[in-house]
Amino acid sequence: MSLALAIAALLVALLALASGDYPLTIPEVLQALFSGDGFAHTIVVNWRLPRVVAALAFGAALGVSGALFQSLTSNPLGSPDIIGFSTGSYTGALIALTVLGDTYLSTSVGALGGGLATALVVYLLAYRKGVQGFRLIIVGIAITALLTGFNTWLLLRAQLEVAMSASIWGSGSLALVGWDQAIPALIVLAILTPLVIFLARPLRQLELGDDTARAHGVRAEPARLAILVVGVALTATVTAASGPIIFVALAAPQIAQRLVRGAGLPLVASALTGGVVLLVADYVAQHLLPGGQVPVGVVTVCVGGAYLLWLLVADRRRR
Amino acid sequence: MPVTSIHARRSVGWAIAVVALALTVAGSLAIGSRDISLDVVWQALTGVSTSSDAIVVLDLRVPRTIAGLAAGVALGLSGAVIQALTRNPLADPGILGVTSGSAFAVAMAVGVLGITAVTGYLWFAFLGAFAATVVVYAIGSTGRGAGSPAKLTLAGVALGAVLGGITSAMLLADPKAFNALQSWNAGSLQYRDWSVILPVLPFLGVGVLLTAAIARSLNAIALGDDMSAALGVNVVLVRTIAVLAITLLAGGATAVAGPIAFVGLMVPHVARWIVGPDQRWIFAYTLVLAPILLLAADILARIVLRPGELPVGIVTACLGAPVLIALVRRTKVSGL
Repeated sequence: MSLALAIAALLVALLALASGDYPLTIPEVLQALFSGDGFAHTIVVNWRLPRVVAALAFGAALGVSGALFQSLTSNPLGSPDIIGFSTGSYTGALIALTVLGDTYLSTSVGALGGGLATALVVYLLAYRKGVQGFRLIIVGIAITALLTGFNTWLLLRAQLEVAMSASIWGSGSLALVGWDQAIPALIVLAILTPLVIFLARPLRQLELGDDTARAHGVRAEPARLAILVVGVALTATVTAASGPIIFVALAAPQIAQRLVRGAGLPLVASALTGGVVLLVADYVAQHLLPGGQVPVGVVTVCVGGAYLLWLLVADRRRR
Repeated sequence: MPVTSIHARRSVGWAIAVVALALTVAGSLAIGSRDISLDVVWQALTGVSTSSDAIVVLDLRVPRTIAGLAAGVALGLSGAVIQALTRNPLADPGILGVTSGSAFAVAMAVGVLGITAVTGYLWFAFLGAFAATVVVYAIGSTGRGAGSPAKLTLAGVALGAVLGGITSAMLLADPKAFNALQSWNAGSLQYRDWSVILPVLPFLGVGVLLTAAIARSLNAIALGDDMSAALGVNVVLVRTIAVLAITLLAGGATAVAGPIAFVGLMVPHVARWIVGPDQRWIFAYTLVLAPILLLAADILARIVLRPGELPVGIVTACLGAPVLIALVRRTKVSGL
């Protein structure tokens, strides 16, 4: 199944590379990718490829982040976009952008700090003799509303030119991602990948309960903290480069689980599904909707929100 | 304490609230990107002065304040009715997606059908509010955790996200045609003039009257469907009227001010803390307290970014989110 997902990702990627204002055929795309010069090469490699690679990598990161959190909270709704971490990352990035200026380092550090701070606040506010799923989610929704308001205030306060780029970024968009933005994010994601692989085993053990995990030599609380930090870091990296793209982290692990049909949330399949979902959503945003300027975040909100509604309805059918 | 004394105390409290509302209205007329003294406001209202300040008061501040009053009353009361109807303390027309449904329908009417007059798109506001109310109620009140505040809230937030997403996609795809809707879509009282406010007022009036008519029956519904039937209340009729009232109030408020959340959540709770569980008093207090909150939020929205301003919906969200957190932390609610 993972192989099928990988092939699907490749096909959609080729389609995305081929279409645009200057349409190319698939053979032309392949030729442009591997030959070193010409107009087609410039279009494909310099303009379209960064966006496609970013969509795949960011989608994968969001999918894994969602799987980590959903597994940690044992709740499909416990993903970072629902409980406000994405919005928090965006707040952190905005503060860094207005205070420290527009460099990749400052926005990334800001996004990471904002995401972690939001995670801490949401958990503390939801904590009442343990963290119960629905309370966590509603606290997250409230914090999201609060931070969204705060973000708007920051944007309106900022100078116009900062506000202009920040507001396109605000709904979650890949339109501004070139190699300059994509490469640092890809490096960070590459550093995080081995950590995720390393955490996969403790994650499985924790899914079976703290006692089982301890019996297998996993120290529950440090493992949980590490998973939390890596999960927030994945989301924050994506947010720093593209703004808050929500609902991919919610939907990808759930779709992956239904495709793979294994026990627990499959990390690899979640990553592949996330990549395909975000790439398709970005294709829809660019080519199927009028105007061509619709941020991909708007598409994922519509699709993901509909998916959440379906989850609520299906919940009723199952029981 | 004798009943008459409680009654007298509540009446005095209500009168104090009315005075506070009058002060808020005065503030809303006087405070803004240009502060105008109350003397000048008074001269403008009585037609004595024709200075530029007076023109600002009459042409901008008065319609804006009336819009705030109308939208505040409508949002507060629709929140109180939804909370009573669903027996859900987390209910609010914004959180439950009712205003998003309304805003979506208006954006459709304006963008796709090219309707620009408020008398035309008002009907779409009602239609959207009605459809969203029914859908959220249907999803939230069946299956596991049926009718629980959390499930209903989640259904509302999800529907609101979808409809809000489609609305903003439409706005982004065609910025010119939607220029007027951009600020409205965040929930704003800026640039409301009489042509938008006046056609909506009769519908809001009907909504308020319907709410008053079912207040006593909603007290019985709070005891459960069986009990209220035993008390001689026609449960189906009361629910139908309640949904109709929510449609008129939330749809009308959205047509005037755009989708504004959290006013309908906070105010009925404050009213309940003051007067206890009697819906008639809750509605009476909400009627006065809700416009105070919305106008105060609007005044705040005008001064935090002077000379620019924030959409008032942003301010109410920042004020309301902590209230939502406090509510969900209370054991009674979170235990559901």
